[in-house]
Amino acid sequence: METLKLMFKSNIREYGMVIALVSIVLFFEIVSKGVLLQPLNVTNLIQQNSYILVLAIGMLLVIVAFQIDLSVGSIAAFVGAVSAILMIDYHIGVVPGILISLLIGGLAGAFQGYWVAYFKIPGFIVTLAGMLIFRGLTMTALEGQSKAPFPEVFQKMSNGFIPDVLSGTSIHLTTLVVGIILTLVYIYFELSHRKAKLEYNFEVIPVRFLAAKLVFVGVAINWFMYLLASYKGIPNVLILLFILIVFYTFITTKTVIGRHIYALGGNEKAAKLSGVKTERIVFWVFVNMGVLAALSGLVFAARLNAATPKAGTGFELDAIAACFIGGASTAGGIGVVMGAIIGGLVMGVMNNGMSLIGVTIDMQQTIKGLVLLLAVAFDIYTKSKQS
Amino acid sequence: MDDVILEMIDITKTFPGVKALNHVNLQVQKGEIHALVGENGAGKSTLMKVLSGVYPHGTYTGDIHYQGKLCEFKNIKESEKLGIVIIHQELALIPYLSIEENIFLGNEQGKYGLIDWHATTMRTQKLLATVGLKELPSTLVTNIGVGKQQLVEIAKALSKEVELLILDEPTAALNEDDSDNLLKLLLEFKKQGISSIIISHKLNEISRIADSITVLRDGATIETLNVRSDHITEDRIIKGMVGRELTELYPKRDAAIGDIIFEVKNWNVYHHLHSDRKVIHNVNFHVKQGEVVGIAGLMGAGRTELAMSIFGRSYGQKISGQIYKNGSEVHLKNVSKAIEEGIAYVTEDRKQYGLILNNDIKRNITLANLKNIANHSVIDDNKEILVAEKSRQQMNIKCSSVLQNTGNLSGGNQQKVVLSKWIFTEPDVLILDEPTRGIDVGAKFEIYSIINKLAKDGKGIVLISSELPEVLGMCDRIYVMSEGSITGEIAGAEASQERIMKYVMSK
Repeated sequence: METLKLMFKSNIREYGMVIALVSIVLFFEIVSKGVLLQPLNVTNLIQQNSYILVLAIGMLLVIVAFQIDLSVGSIAAFVGAVSAILMIDYHIGVVPGILISLLIGGLAGAFQGYWVAYFKIPGFIVTLAGMLIFRGLTMTALEGQSKAPFPEVFQKMSNGFIPDVLSGTSIHLTTLVVGIILTLVYIYFELSHRKAKLEYNFEVIPVRFLAAKLVFVGVAINWFMYLLASYKGIPNVLILLFILIVFYTFITTKTVIGRHIYALGGNEKAAKLSGVKTERIVFWVFVNMGVLAALSGLVFAARLNAATPKAGTGFELDAIAACFIGGASTAGGIGVVMGAIIGGLVMGVMNNGMSLIGVTIDMQQTIKGLVLLLAVAFDIYTKSKQS
Repeated sequence: MDDVILEMIDITKTFPGVKALNHVNLQVQKGEIHALVGENGAGKSTLMKVLSGVYPHGTYTGDIHYQGKLCEFKNIKESEKLGIVIIHQELALIPYLSIEENIFLGNEQGKYGLIDWHATTMRTQKLLATVGLKELPSTLVTNIGVGKQQLVEIAKALSKEVELLILDEPTAALNEDDSDNLLKLLLEFKKQGISSIIISHKLNEISRIADSITVLRDGATIETLNVRSDHITEDRIIKGMVGRELTELYPKRDAAIGDIIFEVKNWNVYHHLHSDRKVIHNVNFHVKQGEVVGIAGLMGAGRTELAMSIFGRSYGQKISGQIYKNGSEVHLKNVSKAIEEGIAYVTEDRKQYGLILNNDIKRNITLANLKNIANHSVIDDNKEILVAEKSRQQMNIKCSSVLQNTGNLSGGNQQKVVLSKWIFTEPDVLILDEPTRGIDVGAKFEIYSIINKLAKDGKGIVLISSELPEVLGMCDRIYVMSEGSITGEIAGAEASQERIMKYVMSK
């Protein structure tokens, strides 16, 4: 029991976030009289927030490296515009179109990363400039007009669903099967993780708690899949998100480069004296952000089925807020990918929930602002208590 | 002259784990220049911080009598009100404000929050004339040299109607002319009845201007010498400063010294910001296998700059010179190259440069050698824990677990984590920069034992230390550095504190 208490205490950030998300979901589920968790609305929630979540993943790395990127909304818009010109005006295929777009995003990130990493200009300034530069380029490229429609395959990226190969009638069977497979994979990973720990004689959580955890997560996965299956199944964009989350969680927790990003953000001087190539890391973090901003821009353009000059306005602030609500430290060096995702979902659910119960857009902004402030205040308060 | 302006009685001040001041007494006469001398860490600055209220009443024990009254200062403001002004070693001027703005910062001339610029300028001109500084009051502080900045500090002190002026190493950063001016100014103040306390390592200056000298050592008053009535030589002062018995503070080691493992030749470095300021002048040194080589000297002698410029060019610019390892030349163009070549540098400032304080112990230990616990760049978490656990046991790091954040560890344990990190890189040469700074006696002994063990394993150790007993107790050979040059080399057996001090002061 003591160890459990300790584990809870040391992971209060992570648990706190999940508890906050669950409470917010429950709150809006009740006040919206059950509309929030209706299958259609859940699907909408995922599709509406996907592009912010993609940005939040990249932004998390930027914030962990003790930088900030204000240009992501503009880069997303710019890449959306370029992709429209390529696919609509020049009839370039969807796949090459996407690849070229991602490359352009990477170049935009490299451009900014160069000034930040090697010229030592604060990221705030460089990306503030980038925000203006790429917004201006978007307007110029689109000549102030929207461009539509995209090829249908491209739209499917954001609006489509995985096909039901098992051809269920009233319910999307494939989705249910995916849920079961995911559950099994999850159980396998937990068990093999535990086995490795036992081999090294490390402390592990007692079996009954592990069992409770497995049951809880398993039920959650399958219930969620059931919700999706009752509508049209798993949205394509959810698969994209899932791949990104898994990939970036792996990078941040398991690889040398991930460790270097955290070290750099925690104490740049010490990291440098330990052999971390700090400039190179900062540069690549911005390149990565550029690519993800491009991806976000594509997802948004596909969802809207149009490239517009005003696309992506304010995305950067939502992405930054998601990271901080999700427990990333304002001082750098602390933050997890899953946290940024949960932070983004907290904001998304609040947006959606408030709309459902008829809170005006104007008031929604205020409430979101307060939530951000409280989340960071809570974070700083628990940190000061720990030390 | 028997008019006592200040008497500090039985002052004791403890920091967690360290007794910085131990029943210290200090008596200053009215209108005298009183010098406070002692090694680094003897407690001089701490004593002055107690006096000026930086450490408020209640955080120390003992009494302060100033002008016959018992004083209990809660902050600097209160001591300044009574005319006690301290000028710190690091100047506290704001570079992008003008001279007049700096002088009256926090004491602005004017009413209702509005500044009376005429009064400010007039008073500044008067003050600048007093200290003999020919600059316009509107000149930015950043545009004048260090010597003149020191004068601005003194003018600022005068603006507060100072009666007791405390100067912490005022001439450390000054050239000879500027130092001379400053000392003359102090003598001038003395004529006007202003008393001063001066902390300095420059014994020639002290014997020139001081009326009496109080020697501190290890946080205790050793003696007060009267320069006017007795003839006091510099040797006499040094004897007071270092006259400590070497006790069994240092574990024994049978040195088995091999061939030269690491050698630096003709090493020159320029200041990292001012490309015309040379900070390291033509330094040559070497270390052999199994040897502990000391680099002694005062703070600011350029030892850290030397070490960091060698370690992957982490400091300075326009670096020139050669480095040889096992007889062949190596080019340590960045830190990872230096680590690859088996060089490790343990910083003097573990919080700023050594540790990621918001990361746990295991992540700190493995940071400099992640590839050792990774397969194809993928970190093996379990192996990492094993590595950290092994270090924890070997180094006796006291912690709840290796998952504890290093920010919550005591100084000694933090230092052990930093050492573990570098030992994990499997170095052949370790440069240890003040490895026992700010840690208690018990932990010091443990660190010394670790150093001895590393030497026994055939590694070359360079030990940079400002504590002479430590250098004498640990080293097989000692280099002395002063103002960026190596001024002497002494074999361990022939070394004494007096000899080292002579080289230190020889510049």
